[in-house]
Amino acid sequence: MGAQDKILNKVTQEDYKYGFTSNIETDILGKGLNEDIIRIISAKKNEPEFMLQFRLEAYRKWLKMEMPDWAYLKIPPIDFQEISYYAAPKKNPDLKSLDEVDPELLDTFNKLGIPLEEQKQLAGVAVDAIIDSVSVKTTFKETLAEKGIIFCSFSEAVQEHPDLVKKYLSMAVPVADNYFAALNSAVFSDGSFCYIPKGVRCPMELSTYFRINAANTGQFERTLIIAEDNSYVSYLEGCTAPMRDENQLHAAVVEIIALERAEVKYSTVQNWYPGDKNGKGGIFNFVTKRGICRGESSKISWTQVETGSAITWKYPSCILIGDNSVGEFNSVAVTNNFQQADTGSKMIHIGKNTKSTIISKGISAGRSSNSYRGLVKILPDAVNSRNFSQCDSLLLGDRCGAHTFPYIEVSNKSSVVEHEATTSKIGEDQIFYCNQRCLSTEDAVGMIVNGYVREVLNKLPMEFAVEAQKLLQISLEGSIG
Amino acid sequence: MGVVVENTDLSLKLAGHFNDVKEKLFLNSPDVINAHRQKAFQDFVSQGIPTRKNESYKYTDLQPTFMPDYTFIHEKGGGDVALHEIFKCDVPQLDTYMVLLQNGWFYDQDSRTGVLPEGVIMDSLENVAKQQPELIEKYYAALAKSEDDPLIALNTAFAKDGYLLYIPANVEIAKPLQIINLLKSDTDAFITQRNLVIAEPGAKVNLIICDHTLNSNKYLSNSVTEIHIGENAQVDYYVLQNQHNDSASLNTVCIRQGNDSTVRTNTVSLHGGLIRNSLKVVLDGENAEAGIFGMAFMDRRQHIDNFTRIIHAKPHCQSTQVYKNVMDDKSSGAFSGLIHVVRDAQKINAFQRNNNLLLTDEATMHTKPQLIIDADDVKCSHGATVGQIDNEALFYLRTRGIGEKEAMLMMMNAFTHEVVQEIKVVPLRERIDELISRRLNGEVARCHECAYDCDS
Repeated sequence: MGAQDKILNKVTQEDYKYGFTSNIETDILGKGLNEDIIRIISAKKNEPEFMLQFRLEAYRKWLKMEMPDWAYLKIPPIDFQEISYYAAPKKNPDLKSLDEVDPELLDTFNKLGIPLEEQKQLAGVAVDAIIDSVSVKTTFKETLAEKGIIFCSFSEAVQEHPDLVKKYLSMAVPVADNYFAALNSAVFSDGSFCYIPKGVRCPMELSTYFRINAANTGQFERTLIIAEDNSYVSYLEGCTAPMRDENQLHAAVVEIIALERAEVKYSTVQNWYPGDKNGKGGIFNFVTKRGICRGESSKISWTQVETGSAITWKYPSCILIGDNSVGEFNSVAVTNNFQQADTGSKMIHIGKNTKSTIISKGISAGRSSNSYRGLVKILPDAVNSRNFSQCDSLLLGDRCGAHTFPYIEVSNKSSVVEHEATTSKIGEDQIFYCNQRCLSTEDAVGMIVNGYVREVLNKLPMEFAVEAQKLLQISLEGSIG
Repeated sequence: MGVVVENTDLSLKLAGHFNDVKEKLFLNSPDVINAHRQKAFQDFVSQGIPTRKNESYKYTDLQPTFMPDYTFIHEKGGGDVALHEIFKCDVPQLDTYMVLLQNGWFYDQDSRTGVLPEGVIMDSLENVAKQQPELIEKYYAALAKSEDDPLIALNTAFAKDGYLLYIPANVEIAKPLQIINLLKSDTDAFITQRNLVIAEPGAKVNLIICDHTLNSNKYLSNSVTEIHIGENAQVDYYVLQNQHNDSASLNTVCIRQGNDSTVRTNTVSLHGGLIRNSLKVVLDGENAEAGIFGMAFMDRRQHIDNFTRIIHAKPHCQSTQVYKNVMDDKSSGAFSGLIHVVRDAQKINAFQRNNNLLLTDEATMHTKPQLIIDADDVKCSHGATVGQIDNEALFYLRTRGIGEKEAMLMMMNAFTHEVVQEIKVVPLRERIDELISRRLNGEVARCHECAYDCDS
């Protein structure tokens, strides 16, 4: 046991490796939130009237809402007037090539191990890199444009494709869906927009990297993905954030709309700054992600690897409206030190013969708290629907907690719903078995954790698997062989 | 919003009633019970009748239940006919001590069923509280806290009587003790029943609780039972719920277990308009063991809500929960089960399972199994399923020449039998098996000799 404890200690005391601040000049709006600020944000972005009305409606609804307190989280009070709602890197107009990008910015990406050039040349990934809310560089745009795919920053989409934005914005996440979604709708600064036309299979993985950079600015990004009939896209979202002492708020909204027989695969690696060993600092990650399978036989799958953030509040969901549509949720959530996570998924079955799968793997260490919360709801008309949920929790250390809160609501006789959950620590017999075969305890713990999350990591696209492995290594270094 | 307002109105109506009868409530009651009344009332006022916004009542809407104008029964009914004579609820081949309660008031023990072992007290709570307050002072309202739950608060505010069972140390009651709760009133009635069971270290008892309604008036019964189980004691608590469609039965059972103690509860719900069974078990001693089982067969517009909380407060304990429901017609069911392992309660094995069969498209089932685990050296799991009878199994039976209906019944019987087989009193198990078979066949599930028509 001694050796195991040592490893666990090492694991749980590993420092955050991606903490640094880059000195890019930022253009920050004064702190506080009111209608004027929203009008300024909208004006600065030169938005059409419908966007301003959308924001104002959201803001007015937000004012009447209260911060949700049902999650198994201890959230310190947030003063929304102490946050500045807009921060954009100083404009360096007309970037034509990577050379013109701020060298320090490129350096930031290099430190993160995601050099733009390399990815551009080798990985075949189009990167829409976002630093503090404004998209600075979009690559591979021409290649995508040939296929008719629109992949650009949200502000650009508002300017160039207002009809699409107007039609689909808030279709999956209504303005007043929840407290943080309403806040996001009111003040979101930028994000990504993706449109795949009919019958197009996106030839490459689309990817964005988010980073929070300026101190004291919440980042509110908005992603909208629309997959037309018979299309396919795989979308990657990854994030790392520099080390800060003050809590930063991150309230994003992601909406996916899949039409007839379309398939959208959305993968996330989340590694915001989790706070230090004493629970000081760290990002508050309150995200609303929802996909609607509108068309018949459409499919949306969420895969997430969550290792960062002081507090995570995130429930990627699927609303299965089209008959025979499919929803998937695969998640690995790692919490350490004083991190708290309340995450899971919602699957709402509306159409006939709809299917959903939820696989959630939680790992808690240190003094952290890791909760799965999920809802599977089968409406009376969703005949012959099927759901399978599996939620496993692994406890590393005796001061942490793992919790499971599934809700299952079934309203017809032909549907089958199964849910199972287990909570345990790594068995002494498992370690002993490995030791017996000449594996050190360290290797054994690594192998077991690796095997435990493999089911989910396998769902990640190749390009992303490396990053995910890296993050798991950082979060649980010493235990992954 | 309308619902919320009306609900407040209902709460106010109850509060008003409390103020009206306050003097009467306090007047003839023992101090032990009165001591908690005022605070409990305030707790109720601050909480109100729970709405579905209350997470604990998410799947049970109590508003229609509290709506009718009930008569409150704050006084013991006059000398009724000899209930023992007409009401036969005995289990063949099972010799029990039989005790009757009518509308929440302790009636008496049927003297023909024998004399309880020496030292055992089975009496009216009110009586004992008056005569031996020192016996129950320590235990009354110690587990069921009025600030935790509005129904507990309401019960504590209105509590007058119920049964009290005291078993001295190392006394084993060999014959099961059968407690029959009858609801029989000339008008629609609101019934409050408060029970207390104290099993001293080493004590052992089998309790069989039968809930019945005797006529077709509307009933709302709000009962709270506290069970204190001392070291190495063993309590088996079997409940058979068989009430008519206009009755609402709200039961709260709170159990605390000492070291090395064992508790087994088994709740069989065959009939009832609205049934809510709230069960809280605190394993507050090492090596304690809890087995919690329940099954329900619901049809028409009946509603069942099993709400359990198993708190593992000490290490080296084990708990098992199995709940099974068969939902027919337009019935609705809910299960919320929580396993909570508190910090440093290591070496816990806790399992929970909830399986449900939906027989029609109108039936609904909501299930909410939960784990809150704050210790690492534990094995905890839960599973929940909602589905139908396996078509292949049905086909298998039919290939063997069994008719479809018969095969369905066999499958349903087998499905619920997992819960029934946990009943350790064999004659009772057989009896319940028989009642379930009859229930599944659509026959009235009442005993042959009973003169009353329980489920009209």
